[in-house]
Amino acid sequence: MTWIGRSLPRLEDPSLLKGHGTYVADHADGALHVAFARSPLAAGEILGIELPEIAPGGGQVFTAADLHGVGVIRPVLNRPDYRAVGQPALAAGRVVFPGQAVAVAVARTAAEAEDLAEQVFIDIEPQDPILTFDAALAEGARAVHPEAPENVLVEGNLKTKGFDEAVAQAAVVIELDLRSRRQSAVPMETRGGVASYDRATGRVTLVASVQMPHMLRTGLADVVGMAESDLRVIAPDVGGGFGQKMSLFPEYVVLVWLARKLRTKVAWIEDRRENFLASAHSRDQAFFVRGAFSAEGRLLALDANLKSNVGAFSCYPVTCGVEPLMAFGELPGPYVVPEYRGRSRGVTTNTCMMAPYRGVARPMLTFTMERLMEKAAKALGLDAVEIRRRNLITSFPHRSPTGVVYDEGSYLQAMEAAVAHVDVPAFRARQARARTEGRYLGLGVSVFSERTGYGTPVYAQRGMGIVPGYESVDLAMDPSGNVEVRIGSSPHGQGLKTALAQLVADEIGVVPDRVRVIAGDTDATPYGWGTFASRSMVIAGGATKFAAEAAADKLKAIAAKMMEVEVGAVVLDEGYARVPGTNKATPIPDLARAAHHQSQRFGLEAGIRTSGFYDPGGTFSNACHICEVEVDIETGGVKILRFVVVEDAGVLINPMIVDGQIAGGVAQGIGNALYEELIYDEDGNLLTTSLADYLPPTALEVPDLEILHMETISPESVTKAKGVGEGGTIGAPAAVLNAVADALAPFGVEIDEMPATPQKIRLAIRNMAIRNTRAPADV
Amino acid sequence: MKPAAFAYLAPTTLAEALEMIDRIGDDGKILAGGQSLVPAMNFRLARPGTLVDINGVAGLSGISGDSARGISIGALTRHAAFHTPPFSGPLADLLAKVVRNIAHYPIRQRGTFGGSLSHADPASEWCLVTATLGATLHIASLTGTREVAAADFFRGTFTTALQPSEILVRIDLPPLGAGWGTGFYEFSRRKGDFALAMALTALRIEGGTIREARLGVGGVADRALRLAKTEAFLVGQPAHAETFAAAAAMAQDSIDVSEDIHAGADYRRDLLGTVIRRALAEAAA
Amino acid sequence: MSDKIKITLTVNGTAMTAEVEPRRSLADMLRDDLRLTGTHLGCEHGVCGACTVLVDGKPVRSCLMFGVQANGASVRTVEGLADGDRLHPLQQAFWENHGLQCGFCTPGFLMLAAGALEENPDMTDEEIRDVLSSNLCRCTGYQNIVKAVRLAAEVMKAGPAPQATRS
Ligand SMILES: Cc1cc2nc3c(=O)[nH]c(=O)nc-3n(C[C@H](O)[C@H](O)[C@H](O)COP(=O)(O)OP(=O)(O)OC[C@H]3O[C@@H](n4cnc5c(N)ncnc54)[C@H](O)[C@@H]3O)c2cc1C
Ligand code: FES
Ligand code: FES
Repeated sequence: MTWIGRSLPRLEDPSLLKGHGTYVADHADGALHVAFARSPLAAGEILGIELPEIAPGGGQVFTAADLHGVGVIRPVLNRPDYRAVGQPALAAGRVVFPGQAVAVAVARTAAEAEDLAEQVFIDIEPQDPILTFDAALAEGARAVHPEAPENVLVEGNLKTKGFDEAVAQAAVVIELDLRSRRQSAVPMETRGGVASYDRATGRVTLVASVQMPHMLRTGLADVVGMAESDLRVIAPDVGGGFGQKMSLFPEYVVLVWLARKLRTKVAWIEDRRENFLASAHSRDQAFFVRGAFSAEGRLLALDANLKSNVGAFSCYPVTCGVEPLMAFGELPGPYVVPEYRGRSRGVTTNTCMMAPYRGVARPMLTFTMERLMEKAAKALGLDAVEIRRRNLITSFPHRSPTGVVYDEGSYLQAMEAAVAHVDVPAFRARQARARTEGRYLGLGVSVFSERTGYGTPVYAQRGMGIVPGYESVDLAMDPSGNVEVRIGSSPHGQGLKTALAQLVADEIGVVPDRVRVIAGDTDATPYGWGTFASRSMVIAGGATKFAAEAAADKLKAIAAKMMEVEVGAVVLDEGYARVPGTNKATPIPDLARAAHHQSQRFGLEAGIRTSGFYDPGGTFSNACHICEVEVDIETGGVKILRFVVVEDAGVLINPMIVDGQIAGGVAQGIGNALYEELIYDEDGNLLTTSLADYLPPTALEVPDLEILHMETISPESVTKAKGVGEGGTIGAPAAVLNAVADALAPFGVEIDEMPATPQKIRLAIRNMAIRNTRAPADV
Repeated sequence: MKPAAFAYLAPTTLAEALEMIDRIGDDGKILAGGQSLVPAMNFRLARPGTLVDINGVAGLSGISGDSARGISIGALTRHAAFHTPPFSGPLADLLAKVVRNIAHYPIRQRGTFGGSLSHADPASEWCLVTATLGATLHIASLTGTREVAAADFFRGTFTTALQPSEILVRIDLPPLGAGWGTGFYEFSRRKGDFALAMALTALRIEGGTIREARLGVGGVADRALRLAKTEAFLVGQPAHAETFAAAAAMAQDSIDVSEDIHAGADYRRDLLGTVIRRALAEAAA
Repeated sequence: MSDKIKITLTVNGTAMTAEVEPRRSLADMLRDDLRLTGTHLGCEHGVCGACTVLVDGKPVRSCLMFGVQANGASVRTVEGLADGDRLHPLQQAFWENHGLQCGFCTPGFLMLAAGALEENPDMTDEEIRDVLSSNLCRCTGYQNIVKAVRLAAEVMKAGPAPQATRS
């Protein structure tokens, strides 16, 4: 019996369903509460900070001046073009984005801490905020940071040898000027931390809603100036992260400092307004791209000028290079791009820091490549699917002009399967009929690659000062035959514990219920990198498989001795060590007990303790999304009628979990495409600080998906599984927006921005209609 | 996001409540469903010193009357009371249609009809209903009860004719009997969000000609607007698309539309025409 | 600070008392004073629905009610849904159909669905989706939540009434 491939209900669920999950706020019992006083302005010099008068016992307020010995957060990228800037825990001297923490109040309750924080008066000499690319890159613009006089924190540049020649030979050059507006990951649980000081040991335990506890511990210890072993970081149940919770934030520095300073327990539970203002933003990007095509529709060269607004600081540890450098390196996506010229800049502004958000630069770069294919097809009179056929990568391994090596994938086959599934000709007939009734349907295709499960080789290439990537796993079977798997990775909703239990179950022949996966506690797990970049199933899974294989070997060795057969004759299955073809069988718990209590019999180290380590080069998942929409041309409203996903993620350990990842990702992609946008006004006030202004989709905006799977096995993943954490979000915006563009084809309207809001769509239609008829049209 | 401290009073009779708010004055606030006031308090945008919770006040909720005679609605009646039409006839059907666009199911369990009017959000559906249909509002204070026409009640964004010492107790909607057709169309970013524009109409059509008309729009200006001029234009016109387009154009010309992050003036004016045309078409169908 | 007020209420069928500042939300009172942390706070302005509980049988936002307003009320939270170790049909359906990932929104969705199904056990698919659009989930893309509620509704209609568990 095998467990891999089964849609096993998750082991994580029963406690969460009963309300017994423990998220960070559920750890705040008995703590003093913390609230931050934040800068009301985007930029300026701090002239003074007036603190409230506090009655005895009424709490305390601290500012940067109190944080003796606390350093700044300064992530490193070893590239000559990188300008390192330091982020203080509390603003000192100046503020550089609206919402930056300036002072911290501590009181008995959260409400009282807020009472204090709102009485902190920050006297700021304002500066004109630099908010946009134009403002930041203008000649003579004020520098947001003195370290980066040009307001560029990181820059990638590349030109391949044959670029000019390829462009000269082109039959047609397609130009795109695309924009992605600023977005937020919006995990339903905000950030938060509870730091407690242990008087007996002097240690601090920080329970925090984070995706990478070990990394956080390293960063915190460095910045606060303490030994790492004096700090324990626990990621409890985490209410979603999507990248927003994988950076070291100043608030956590302050919490640890406070716990030590006050020798007590302090809690900060971020509110939604703070989460919008001051956690992390993403996807504020402008891509100007030209594609040179041959008359047959082959892409000959790609010319890209890419900008990412990385905000006021560089996120630790992955740095502000994460968006611009990924955009730069992975723009070609699933297509063969023979020649490439690229420039990609991370531009600093007086806005909230950019940090990774599910998909990072790929939703935008997929949107870019997919619009490029559509427009080129139109210009060359080709079918939009056909032009993709001519350009998709079909031989492996494939090396892109930026040096990315693609392992085995099914780009073309996945697209063909999706196209066949939706029945494009039938759609076109429906579309034509609908148009005669004044209804506008559209179909959009999006083909993309998802680089997943990459280890140190890839991160090292980026020049990161801290090179993440590997995972370690410690596995032990106790004398009763139950397995404990301690992982460095730190899942938060992905169901990884269940999936790993299934892997282990298959290796050692126990039921998954008997496998307990322990994660998210630096005291209880080996050093690891956490859960992000669609890596955990591949890397933690690989390491777990190795550890489980070693455990299986040991169990077999013991069984062989006990049953007096050759080791090679023993199999582990359904709770027993068996010798096939005989009636010899020993329950696995008996082996476990013997390993611990009769160890003298086996000439082996007592017990069953193994470990696994995995640091792969990475593997590409791929998928094709096809979306059908109806656009209400009078309001600009878009309704998604159908959404098809053909996904190739190799072997699916738990198909139900995989489909859940895809569905959640697509929902976020739909939000990106149509609804979500963080908006600063000209003065740098964030206007979208509530969920009534920033609009994640609800159940009414997200359709039921039709998901199909393909299975390309890659030698790059020992479990044969590829990552799927981000694909939904990467591919969906392009599919939705291509569908909108298709629906609006009769109007000649171009979709060049996400989100494509009703206002933008409607005004584009109307303006086009006015231009075409030269009459004050009433379309 | 915890509210600033306040004192809490929970009267059980109207007289007691009136006495309390009269005594407290400007520093007090009435707490009805709390679905607008409490978010504002949590953001600390509102910070009343005392809350007078009227949820326990007897006799403030309930619906009576019928479509033909008009409907009387207690101020504390929850939005959810209209989930199914309380009576038969066009008026009750209209209310049941409109209520589905107000926020979401759990919010409708608490939010009240009177709270919506008192709060006077420019995009409130109930404000639009009362303004368009010409409701009469009954307002109590220690000195007695006064009646105010909806047209005089709404003064601007979150601003009404209510004095701090007054409580809105009842709303009378005039009849909309047999022969009336109603239409309501709202456009919002997601269903349940506040309207970017919405139109409400009731038409009495005989032999294809409009004999009587009510038309109002919400979410487009600082308050819900009844479009009296356009109503006058509609009367006597044939009930077809051209008429509706002309009416929409009239309204677009006459309203100075508001702007926000989801809709600039240009787009909102454009939407205004669309929601009016669609509401009218529905009423005529 | 304004004085604390003493209230009594029923929570998941058990009579309880609490002494709270008026400004304490019902959600915070449940979580901090009554130690029922299954009710979550995702926005504190009424939009996300993570805090949804049943007050006198109706699903409401517990972030938009003050604890003092629950004086004399009957409140039900996610902790009261299961009958000991036996999951409520909604919980069971969420489990079997992968209606949750991080689980943060889950208590709110469960209570929302429980209240709506108690009011109308025969909701159409469209009505179910409409009701569920009241709450936000960032992980699941909703389809498994919708499916779970649909299936649970069937089970609840067929089997013993949910009140038979504990209310
Ligand atoms: C997420 C969300 C979405 C929403 N979407 C919509 C929507 O689409 N459309 C819509 O119309 N509303 C919407 N609302 C608001 C909701 O309808 C409120 O219920 C309503 O606006 C206010 O009613 P209330 O009873 O909750 O009033 P409260 O919040 O209790 O009070 C609002 C104001 O009115 C005063 N007040 C209340 N009752 C009286 C009275 N009888 N006499 C005098 N003064 C009184 C209060 O002092 C306060 O100033 C939404 C709310 C939320 C949280
Ligand atoms: S916390 Fe109450 S609705 Fe979000
Ligand atoms: S399961 Fe994570 S928010 Fe819904």
